Amino acid sequence: MLINIIILICLILSGLWTVMTRSLLRAALGLALTSIILTIIMFRLGSPLAAVFELSVCSGLISVLFISTISLTEPMSQQETLKHMRQRLVRFWYLPFVIVAAGIALSFLKMPLDFKLSVTETMQTVRFILWDVRQLDLIGQVIILLSGVFGVVILFREGEKR
Amino acid sequence: MNPDALAIFWPFGIFISMLFIIGLYCVLATFNLVRALIGLELLIKAVTLLLVVAGYISNNLALAQALVITLIVIEVVVMAVAMGIVLGIHSHNSSLDLRKLKNLKG
Repeated sequence: MLINIIILICLILSGLWTVMTRSLLRAALGLALTSIILTIIMFRLGSPLAAVFELSVCSGLISVLFISTISLTEPMSQQETLKHMRQRLVRFWYLPFVIVAAGIALSFLKMPLDFKLSVTETMQTVRFILWDVRQLDLIGQVIILLSGVFGVVILFREGEKR
Repeated sequence: MNPDALAIFWPFGIFISMLFIIGLYCVLATFNLVRALIGLELLIKAVTLLLVVAGYISNNLALAQALVITLIVIEVVVMAVAMGIVLGIHSHNSSLDLRKLKNLKG
């Protein structure tokens, strides 16, 4: 339970950072971090399928959506872009060394790599509930998905026309 | 709710309420559209965690996971459409300030 509370405190701290930081890009990254911590809690509570969905969709796809929206609405000036490109190599010169050192350190740690999920029964039950038990709300979900796709297509088409 | 379940639930309940309040503050206090969407995301995350904890306590994790997966799918659709609307507003007004959206004001 202590570990759960520590992870929950990290979740609240990352949520606070997301809200309080001034840069929108940092807020989007904080949101992705919150999603990752929520994924850890979900794994610990025995919900691996929901956790995988949360990790891939919320901290992946939605972060990409946020970052692309921010970059489309707050474009950098030419001078800023040039300065950023010049500094990019200088700022991350140490990154390859860090990755190689981390790989060497992990190879010395001899971590147990025989991961076995003991929740196949639960996963089968989830599949049963998702595809066999639900009937009417599945139709609603498909309609919502289609409306989302049509909405995005119409918005982008109007943007192109303008 | 039996005492064992309550003992498991109360720490999660406190942190879920805190996350919900943080998201609500972000939605209410900001004038930036993207930041309001980020607050909405935080609200949805609090609800997601509440669903998982409820399933864990009631030993009904399969149903909770099915609900969470549905919630995440709908969340993505809502966010994609909202981002499209934000982009449309930005191209129309050249600003993301909520106070400038007065075109339909009577």
